[in-house]
Amino acid sequence: MIHRLYKLAKRLKSSLWRLIVPPTIWALHFLFSYVYAAVRCAKSGSAEVIVDIRTGIAVATVVALLLVAASGYIAWAQSRIHGDLPPYQDSTDEDRLRFLAVSTLLLAGLSFVAILFTALPAFLFEDCT
Amino acid sequence: MSVVANNPPDQNDPTVRAAQEERLRAVWSPPRGLFLRWTDTNNNAVGIWYTLTAFGMMLFAGVLALIMRTQLAVPENDLVSASTYNQLFTLHGSMMMFLFAVPMFEAVSVLILPQLLGARDLPFPRLSAFGYWSFLIGGVFVAGSIFFDAAPDGGWFMYPPLSTEPSTAGIGADIWMLGLSFIEVSSIAAAVELIVGVLKCRPPGMRLNLMPLYAWYILVVAAMILFAFPPLIAGDLLFEMERLLDWPFFDAKRGGDSLLWQHLFWIFGHPEVYIIFLPSIAIFAMVIPTFAQRHLLGYPWIVLAAVGTGFLSFGLWVHHMFATGLPNISLGFFSAASEAVVIPTAVQIFAFIATLWAGRVVWSTPMLYGAGSLAIFVIGGLTGVMVAVAPFDWQAHDTYFIVAHLHYVLIGGSVIPLFAGLYYYWPLVTAKKLSDRLGRIAFWMMFVGFNLGFFPMHISGLMGMPRRVYTYSEALGVGTLNFMSTLGAYLFAAGVAVVVVDLCLSPWRQRVQRNPWNAGTLEWLEFSQQENWGVRSVPLIESRYPLWDQHDFVRQVDEGRYFLPDAEEGYRELMITSVLDASPLQVARIGGPSPIPVIAAIVLGGVFILTTFHFYWAALASGLAALVVFLWWLWTGTGIIPEKTEKHAGLGIVLPLYASGPASSGWWAMFITMIGDATALAGLIFGYFFYWTVHADFPPDPLPGQTGPGLYWPMVALALILAGWVLTIAARETNARGRVWFARVALAVAAAVTGTGGLAGLAGPWRTGLDPTLHVYPAIVWILVIWIAAHAALGAIMQLFVLARSLAGRMTPVYDGDVRNITVYEHFLALSALITFLVIGFFPRLA
Repeated sequence: MIHRLYKLAKRLKSSLWRLIVPPTIWALHFLFSYVYAAVRCAKSGSAEVIVDIRTGIAVATVVALLLVAASGYIAWAQSRIHGDLPPYQDSTDEDRLRFLAVSTLLLAGLSFVAILFTALPAFLFEDCT
Repeated sequence: MSVVANNPPDQNDPTVRAAQEERLRAVWSPPRGLFLRWTDTNNNAVGIWYTLTAFGMMLFAGVLALIMRTQLAVPENDLVSASTYNQLFTLHGSMMMFLFAVPMFEAVSVLILPQLLGARDLPFPRLSAFGYWSFLIGGVFVAGSIFFDAAPDGGWFMYPPLSTEPSTAGIGADIWMLGLSFIEVSSIAAAVELIVGVLKCRPPGMRLNLMPLYAWYILVVAAMILFAFPPLIAGDLLFEMERLLDWPFFDAKRGGDSLLWQHLFWIFGHPEVYIIFLPSIAIFAMVIPTFAQRHLLGYPWIVLAAVGTGFLSFGLWVHHMFATGLPNISLGFFSAASEAVVIPTAVQIFAFIATLWAGRVVWSTPMLYGAGSLAIFVIGGLTGVMVAVAPFDWQAHDTYFIVAHLHYVLIGGSVIPLFAGLYYYWPLVTAKKLSDRLGRIAFWMMFVGFNLGFFPMHISGLMGMPRRVYTYSEALGVGTLNFMSTLGAYLFAAGVAVVVVDLCLSPWRQRVQRNPWNAGTLEWLEFSQQENWGVRSVPLIESRYPLWDQHDFVRQVDEGRYFLPDAEEGYRELMITSVLDASPLQVARIGGPSPIPVIAAIVLGGVFILTTFHFYWAALASGLAALVVFLWWLWTGTGIIPEKTEKHAGLGIVLPLYASGPASSGWWAMFITMIGDATALAGLIFGYFFYWTVHADFPPDPLPGQTGPGLYWPMVALALILAGWVLTIAARETNARGRVWFARVALAVAAAVTGTGGLAGLAGPWRTGLDPTLHVYPAIVWILVIWIAAHAALGAIMQLFVLARSLAGRMTPVYDGDVRNITVYEHFLALSALITFLVIGFFPRLA
């Protein structure tokens, strides 16, 4: 199962668009958290909606983290393609792919941490005020 | 007719090479003469004008700061009045941001990006020239206002309601809003130019993993401009509608909300900090490997830092609004993102330090500036971590602590790195080195002066000294600290003056040899200003540092052994390559010297400047003139059908001379422009939902003048605009299949329905009698339909333009770039209309 997933991930090609998938997921998660909390807080009383806000943000966070992890996994699988020798900075297909894959993996790491950061306030605040 | 020579020229023959050079020189020769020289569009000329103008703006804004510091030197001083002081700090901040930092990044990029990419110029040289002239006109207009006591005085963020109220803010607010809107347009033009330049004009072989890091940063920054500036343009539009026509967007009495402006301003304003910080750091990424004499360590980590910072910087804007009473939980999200952005920022600094550690460092003058700026920037970063914590920010808000923080960040992160770049790249531009002695003296004066000037502000701020107040009481006990700050400011200014002296002495200094720093990157191929053509031949790249790593590289470039060594047909030519792998795709012919960019900037500037003084008819005339000039520009300068289909590009490859659709640079320019345009509309839609979120009376009670626009007209408008979109696609497809007359009819009908669709959109609020001065709801509905109607009118003009091109034989089934480009516009128009009309039609029923 895992091996098949790994082979599938390896086949997908990294591109400039895929590079920005993890931070875009962060941006969508951030926007959702902010807008959802702001609208819920503005439209109803402060104490009773915090449970809703927490639930909504928890679900969004889990989904976002899974997507970022998947994107990171695909990038990691691709960064392990065989080819020429380190330090991987030649004008070849393999090195360009490996570079994009490593950069995507790093961005996935950053986005993962940033999503956790964004989720924290919802669990630290007791109400909207 | 294909006249491709079968035998490539013999580059071993010096007479062949000399003849090639003669032709290149003729093609790339700048226009001469007192007036004609200003019609130059080559990046060498425009880049230098741009840089010098931005530098002049910095000196001007710096003098304003000195006047402020003189006023604040002692308590209860009366050198300037409160009103003059308000103008001084507003203009100082606005100029440093809009007329120095952003234009300087564009200027430096126009100047050196083509060299970094081994390209002869940027893909749209006339657009760069237009950007420069717009900047010059708008800049002089805004900066000059202070001599007429008419400068803006509402702070660089222009918060309403004080700045929208005519009794509290005079014409200065309009000058700020309209003058700077004009400059924002030129910034977006630069962003388009730079993104296409980085993605499509790299030399063959320079895949994404070999791109100079400067280009990575520029790509990120230009993309940030596309998402950051349009919300501000949307805000400017609302702001001016309130000031000129009394539409109550920010007036709380009529359902408006001044916080909407703060949101739109800071969605721009915070990314702006990174927009000016990243290009300066990008200069480091070029300077550090040269003086460490080794490859930069952690290339993908720097890309992570640039891209990561670019994204995260959009999640910080509310940290400028911590004190506005938003729910704490909202503040929490922004506080968290503000802490997270530290990670990518620190990553790149560690990569630089690691490179220096691993290399053999040459302690040159640029390195000294680099090291000094990192020290200053890190201090500013650390106070940034402090003020990102909301409770701390509430204590420090609007005090001198913030003034200290932002100057540490901006001077450390943007200004001093630019001085590093100045000392580093001066030989590239002028073939003269600046004085190491004067440079070092200036550095220490600036470094000491800066810290003496700004460090005490942390303390005076914590002691309670407020920002933006023209004087302070002796009882506050900050007199000594302020006096130190003033001394420091003068010392800093004296350091800048030493640099200016150094620059002025430069013409009398000896020429240096090529590549005086022994750098490894492509830009140092250039023979400073001797030839206008950039590179003798466009190289094949196999390394990140080709001058160090590729065998016999410089000689081969100079002997024209790579691509495009000749200009045999007498055109200025550029290699267009693929985005990921830089495989050669096309030889593009680009525009040369032309008066059109200057004229276009003057007539477009006229629209903004005349509107400021309420000369509406003259502004309208100027607007129509601008339309004519732009059509003239497009008709004569774009999509030109080449005399043959392909040509030898060197090294045995033959490339087409024309491309359309995603293979062409023009298609990408349209796509990128429209992303910016869509972001501006998103700003307006955000406004609509913002009012709904925070106000119970949005949409308001169904009273006359505030009920509408109904469902009928929005749906009619939507149907018509979508029909225009479908017809444009049909025109593109039938034209490509050779059924030219069908395409022409489709375009004519498309123009009629698109234009009518825009009018039908206006009919909604008009027929239901929505009165935009009564309440914010009719005002925002009106502004949305006006936005769509204006875009539909522009769409109809484009459709008619393409029809005319087809009739004139300037567009054919093969050479169909025009119709493919306007189809991109139509996709965005259809999407904009869909979202807008669904929102204004259905949302009032749901809410």
